[in-house]
Amino acid sequence: MSRFLKEFPTIRAFRQALGQGQFSAQEAASTLLQEIEQNQALNAFVDINKELTLAQALLADKQLTVGADSANRVLLGTPLAHKDIFVTEGWRTTAGSKMLRDYLSPFNATVIDALNAAGTVSLGKVSCDEFAMGSGNEHAAIGPVLNPWDHEVVPGGSSGGSAAAVAAGLVLGATGTDTGGSVRQPAALCGICGIKPTYGVASRFGMIAYASSLDQAGVMANNADDLALLLDAISGFDPRDATSIETCHGTANAPGRILADYNKCLQSYVGDKPLKGIRIGVPKEYFGQGLNNDVATAVQAAIAELEALGASRVDISLPNTAYAIPAYYVIAPAEASSNLARYDAVRYGHRTSEYSDLEDMTARSRTEGFGAEVRKRIMIGTYVLSHGYYDAYYLQAQRVRRLIAEGFQTAFANQCDVILGPVNPTVAPAIGSVAQDATAEWLGDIYTLSVNLAGLPGMSIPCGFAPGHRGQPLPVGLQLIGNYFDEGRMLAIAHTYQQVTDWHTRRPGGAA
Amino acid sequence: MALTETDVTRIARLARLHLQNTEVPALQTELNEVMGLIEQLQSINTEGIEPMAHPLSAIGDIGLRLREDRALPTNDEATREHFMQNAPAREAGVFLVPRVIE
Repeated sequence: MSRFLKEFPTIRAFRQALGQGQFSAQEAASTLLQEIEQNQALNAFVDINKELTLAQALLADKQLTVGADSANRVLLGTPLAHKDIFVTEGWRTTAGSKMLRDYLSPFNATVIDALNAAGTVSLGKVSCDEFAMGSGNEHAAIGPVLNPWDHEVVPGGSSGGSAAAVAAGLVLGATGTDTGGSVRQPAALCGICGIKPTYGVASRFGMIAYASSLDQAGVMANNADDLALLLDAISGFDPRDATSIETCHGTANAPGRILADYNKCLQSYVGDKPLKGIRIGVPKEYFGQGLNNDVATAVQAAIAELEALGASRVDISLPNTAYAIPAYYVIAPAEASSNLARYDAVRYGHRTSEYSDLEDMTARSRTEGFGAEVRKRIMIGTYVLSHGYYDAYYLQAQRVRRLIAEGFQTAFANQCDVILGPVNPTVAPAIGSVAQDATAEWLGDIYTLSVNLAGLPGMSIPCGFAPGHRGQPLPVGLQLIGNYFDEGRMLAIAHTYQQVTDWHTRRPGGAA
Repeated sequence: MALTETDVTRIARLARLHLQNTEVPALQTELNEVMGLIEQLQSINTEGIEPMAHPLSAIGDIGLRLREDRALPTNDEATREHFMQNAPAREAGVFLVPRVIE
């Protein structure tokens, strides 16, 4: 872990030190670029551009000297990495695919623009599963990312590069995307924090599409307070994204909304029982068969800790949880087959060298450009949308989706304020261990998929350790699921938990 | 309902994927495993339930936001060149593809 990030592991501490002149943003960026170089074995970074990074750092340093108005710019100089699914000017964007191996975007994703405008410094692009399809970061064209806790296990996916970069202390935060759990699950398996907001809160413009009605941008960092700062900066209405929302329960969807809610909650969380009045829903379906005992123990201990802080536990039921997997694996591939139809080898992307005609060129290029998991999902999507099967599979899945969303709404209306449970049934599995079975990797998403189907905000924070495949200790994540637009309260509850626990400060190699 | 080899070949053609004959049996097995998982949906009673296309429609009607229907200025040559820089083959401001009209 670098000098900067070990000494200043939170964004506010880093920013304060920067403001006091203890180091410059350029010094921090240069050191971190060297650290990234030294950690190449992790395979986390896919594109680095030293000149661009230092130019952003120089800009941050200049803005620091401007004076009064820069004091509020808490993200100034913050070193970040961006998931290789967000298009970026200057850094290549590959979406983890051979299809886009040399793709250079002519514009930035809105999320990237927002973070650049806040003065953050990008250290580069980080690996992801191909087109964000995967749960272990094993489906990237450049090969798997390694988990900094143990190089034999996966970092989780699909935002595995983002999680590994934060866990290894190479950046203070990272962007990610979450279609079925891809921010929360890698955060859990790498022992860091991650949040996806309510669907539509962050712009999807410039986020390479996988499944449009499920994809949502999110952020990853070392603690809940850092998540609040980063998420607030990327939230906001974007007219260029047709799914972006203008208001959140009557409040404008704009930077400031999440932080205002977060601060308001924290101001009311006082005394020795700060969470008094908060009702925690614990779904019995999240603690059934398939959940590893040691993971369950860590999660239950975290719930007990929150009760000790004054929250009350309510046992609830989300009876349609088991159907989230089949519904997701109809809807997501259906949308993927449509979204990935744009890769026709005409305007951009890989083009095969030998072909007989236009259709043959497209088919051969797509077959060569896409990896096996992506081709499989395109095939499934094409089938479930094809003539005669649309009603039976796709429409039925969309009906089940409504049942799942209504289940959450019933719980939030009558029983609880936030829902807690595990993120993943196990700790990080060994690299290559789930490759044999066509659906084995998918079953690990059981606790995260429902949140995307319902469009709810969800987050993961570290809550303990459990033995891995060789008995080695690996991080366990606690999932918090909130009602629509309740990101501020979720972050405040997580922050309050992190005031009395130190799981989020543990780092690979024993560094706190 | 299990997928046949003919189904697999048909789906690949619809998806614009080029399958070697030797790849079909393995893919057939894999897709049938997936379909086995998906078939669980058939057992759920969803009578009277509206399909949910937009996730936020659980809390209200969500309309698609359409842009204004108006003509936009044509990109100049430099901008067009910038946007076309990733094309596999291009010439004089157009994308090149194999001949489609003999």
